[in-house]
This record gives sequence, structure tokens and C-alpha cells, in this order.
Amino acid sequence: MSALSWGAAEPHLPILLVIVPILGALVTTFLRNSFLAWLVALLVSFTLPFMTIQLLVTVLKTGEPIVYMIGNWEAPFGIVYKVDQLSGYVLTVIALIGAVIMPFARRSVTAEIDERARSWYYSMYLLCLAGLLGIVITGDAFNAFVFLEISSLATYVLIALGRNRRALLAAYQYLIMGTIGATFYVIGIGLLYVVTGTLNFDDLAGRLDAAIIDPGQRNAVVTALGFIVVGLCLKLALFPMHVWLPNAYAYAPSVATAFLAGTATKAAIYLLVRVVFSVFGAAMSLENMPIGDVVIVLSIAAMFLASISAVFETNAKRMLAYSSVAQIGYITLGIAIANQAGLTGSLAHIANHAIMKTALFLALGAVFYRIGSVLYSDIAGIGRKMPLTMAAFALAGIGLMGTPGTAGFISKWYLAVAAIDEGLYSVVFLIVASSLISVVYIGRITEVIWFREPSAAAAQAREAPLSMLIPLWLLVGATFYLGFDTRATVGTAAEAAKVLLEGVR
Amino acid sequence: MMQYLEVFAAHYNYFITIFLMISGLFIVIARGNLIKKLVGLSLFQTSVYLLYLTPAKILGGTAPIYDGSYKLYSNPLPHVLMLTAIVVGVATLSLGLALVVRIKEAYGTVEEDEIFAKDPEAE
Repeated sequence: MSALSWGAAEPHLPILLVIVPILGALVTTFLRNSFLAWLVALLVSFTLPFMTIQLLVTVLKTGEPIVYMIGNWEAPFGIVYKVDQLSGYVLTVIALIGAVIMPFARRSVTAEIDERARSWYYSMYLLCLAGLLGIVITGDAFNAFVFLEISSLATYVLIALGRNRRALLAAYQYLIMGTIGATFYVIGIGLLYVVTGTLNFDDLAGRLDAAIIDPGQRNAVVTALGFIVVGLCLKLALFPMHVWLPNAYAYAPSVATAFLAGTATKAAIYLLVRVVFSVFGAAMSLENMPIGDVVIVLSIAAMFLASISAVFETNAKRMLAYSSVAQIGYITLGIAIANQAGLTGSLAHIANHAIMKTALFLALGAVFYRIGSVLYSDIAGIGRKMPLTMAAFALAGIGLMGTPGTAGFISKWYLAVAAIDEGLYSVVFLIVASSLISVVYIGRITEVIWFREPSAAAAQAREAPLSMLIPLWLLVGATFYLGFDTRATVGTAAEAAKVLLEGVR
Repeated sequence: MMQYLEVFAAHYNYFITIFLMISGLFIVIARGNLIKKLVGLSLFQTSVYLLYLTPAKILGGTAPIYDGSYKLYSNPLPHVLMLTAIVVGVATLSLGLALVVRIKEAYGTVEEDEIFAKDPEAE
């Protein structure tokens, strides 16, 4: 891949990564033909992974971050875009998920969204993608807020485009919660700016040392940390701040759900890791403050309570949404444990969960395309009519449980090792126990899909079209491939974790 | 006592900021009317502008014009940041209001409890 030549564009890849999708969004806005709009979105989203992989490979090869100065203004005077091991990795995950769902999107969007709104859908999708990539690539705290809001505003529209009128309420609820979260983040950044006079992440990290010694300024720094962590936890849906997520995922259009489940919360997790480790330094934020303990407790609560909610759910999309809350718990758990194995596991789970959950939501999207419902009562017995789709669903579900041989096992293994390293044996037990609950909820839906008599709706269903099956099976293949060959996920995640922990004071 | 009053007087704009922040957040949580919630949200966002601008504005300071006759400048960066934040706030508010219009069309009301009474599962 690195053999690909970008010519004169090569040094400008970091900024192009944001500009290309924004321009694509602009172009699709003017295209009233939904097929053309889809084509533009497809082209854009297929270009982006090549760019991110090029950036990631370069960073991994040299071991040095790529810094792009916008307008040639040096940091901290200008805004810089910075790609290091962590951001290159998360960028690649987001861009790949964004690309793989696009072939699926056309039929699904045509079926679920009104003719006149389809171009807008693709436009909003590209804006959301640009915002998410921007959050991850920027090296400026306020710029990150702007991108956070760009992606969030686009997300609210994507959710509101759902067919059911509850989609509107879900979007409204998310708008309220999301805005409060983002505003908390910007309050925190404002306090940091008052103390240090800078917004650049690296510069902030350098100046906080001096600020912490002064007792008056220390209070402001600690308050800022509190605001930022709570705000970002709202955006990444850490239990109990997850209440916006189940409805938003359940009633958004199928493709939007698949995309958001794989990427949106991941970008917020990235920002949390960036702020906690690179800016504050884990020592300051996780040890001197009880944030680590609080996050561990909330993560474990998420792993159990959200999983139990998933067990009793009867809407398949909502069930998977609750499962997402639980899986985010695993990711934040590793971040809060904050050792090499824990961070590696968390970062690997960002990719692994994105792949598995997108596959599961795509499978449900295919079902929705055929029968227009994902309620358990309607999808009963559909495995007999859509065997390929539902086999993919079952396999991705097996990955989600954390069965050995799948990607889900790898990340949970590292999390368990991290807990053992820290002597938190009860946490190891809880990781295993909560995985057993995921066996129950995946088992329950598998029973409904395969072993019940087909419902009236399911009896009419046919196998999903090829444009849906290919992305779905690609992701399922990745779930198993990454269960054996972990160089791409764990290898990169371990590099990123090492860099993050080195930066910690 | 005088001492506290002095602190209050010297930092009165911070107290106003915090008052606006808390009241905005309170309205979002306590009100069931979807439009009033958005008013609260807007108030909450607006308070952040004050938080940024208070330390940036220097009394008697001008815009940063490089000229011998001006000595005292205000910091332009927070002002620019807040221009962006204002744009974000306007976009959020208008999108929120647009959603409320659609909700009103779909449910015939903008009161949260009435909506949930009509559609209990939406909660």
C-alpha cells in the first residue's frame, strides 16, 4: 500500500483527509439524483482509507509523528494536524468502516429514506465522516471541539432521517445530551486556556506542569479535567450517560446505525485518551484524582447492566445498542487501568468492536431491507430464508462474545492480562462473567432467528442482495482473520500504547 | 464580610457566567416543553462565551492594531474562538427547532409527557 504514490499531494495528506469529505458533502448537496450522490460518496469514502493507511504506515515506519502546519503557522501559534501511532490507527479504523458500508448503503438508503432526502443523507454522512476524522487528526483542543460539533450535528440529522417517528425524538434527545457533553468539553478547554494560554495539545501538556504547582491554578486544572472527562464520557456513552444511545441506534436508518456504532463513539474515546494521557498525563488524571477508580466502576456497571438490558430487549437493533454500551465499558476499563496491556486491549477493541458491531448492524440492515422490521417477533425463523445473512450475523455474534479464535477474544484477553498485572483479580472474574451475559443475549437472538417457526413476515423474505452480502462477509472475515493474525490491530495498538505511556509524566 | 463582597465585586462577571450556566442546565433538565429545553440549552451554551471572553477583554484595551498610538490590547484569540462557538450554537439551536417542528407534526404536541403518553415505548 505504501508503494502508492501521491505525488505532490503527499505532504498535504493530513489536511486532504478532512477537505476531501467536506468537498464531497458540498458536491452531493447539489446533486438531486440520489444515484450520483451515492457515487460521489462512494468515491470519497473509498479514497480515504488509502490516505489513512499511507499516513499510518509512514508513522509506524519512522516512529515519528507527522505534523502538518496549516498555513505554515508553527505550533502553538497556528493549528497543526498531527498523526501519531494512535491517531493514525483510529483514523484507519474510521475510514475503513466508512468505506465498507458504502456499497451496502445504496439499496438500504433507497428502501428506507424518502426520494428527496437521499442526497441529503449522503451529504450528511460525508460531513459526519469529515468531522470524525477531524477530531482524530487535529492537534488543537478547540479545533477538536469544532469537529466534534460538525460530526454531532450531522449525526443528529442522520438519526432523524429514520422512518419511525421515534427517530425524531431520539435525535432530539441526542441533540440535547450531545450538546451538553460538547459544551462541558469546551468549558474544560476554556479553563485550561485561561491557565496556560494555549490550545495546542502538546503545548498544553508542557505548560500544565508549571500550572499544577500553583495551588490556585491547580484548582482550575482539576476542574477542567472534571469537565472534559464528564463531557467526553457523555459523547462516548459511558454508563450511566448512555441513555441517548439505545433509541438513537434503534431508530436511525440501518446504514447510519452501522456506521455510527462503528465510528462515532470511537472518535470520542480517542479524544478522551488523547486528553487524559497526552495532555494531563495519566499520572495526574488517573492517580492523583479518583477518575481511574470511578471509570473502572462505571465500566464494570456498563458491562453488566447494559448487557442485562440487552438480554431482555425484544428489538434486535436496541439489543445491539445496549450491547454497544457494554462493549464501550470494556474499552474504558482498559483505559482506566492504564498499563501497557490495558491500553493495548482497549485500543485493539476499538477496531475489533467496530468491525463486529458494524457487521451485526449490517446483517440487521439486510433483514430490515427485506421485511421492514427487526422486532424479535418478526425476525423469528428468518435464518431459514436468509441463511447467508444470518450465518454472518451468528458468526459476528460469536466474535462479540469473545470466543477464542475471534477478534473479540484478543482484546478481552489483553484486558484480563492488564487486570492481572495490576492485581485486580476480581476485575478478571467480572470480565469473564460479563462475557457470559453476552453469550445469553446473542444466544437468545440466535435461537429466535434459527430455531423458531418463521413468522408471517419472515416467510416472505428472500436472501439479501450481493451488494449487501459482500460488505457483511468482508467484516465477518475480518473478525476471524484478526482473531489469528493480530499484527494489524494488537501490533499497532501496542505501539500506540507505548507512545502514550512514554508521554506520561 | 467586606472581604467576600470585594471578591464578589471583583469577579462579578464570573458569578454571572456560573449563574447562567447552572440556570441553563437546570432548564434543560427540569422543563418538559421541548422548546423551553432548547432555550435552556442555548443559555447554557451562551454562558461559555462569557467564560472565554471575561479573561480576554481588557478594560480600555483596543483591538490588536500594530501602531505606536495604541499600547493596550485585548487578546483576539478567545474572541475568534467564540465567533466559531456562536456559529455552532446557532446551528445547534436551529437544528433543534427544526426537529421540534417535525416532532410537533408527528405527535401533535411539544410537551414531553404528552408525547410519552401517546407513545410509551419511545421513552
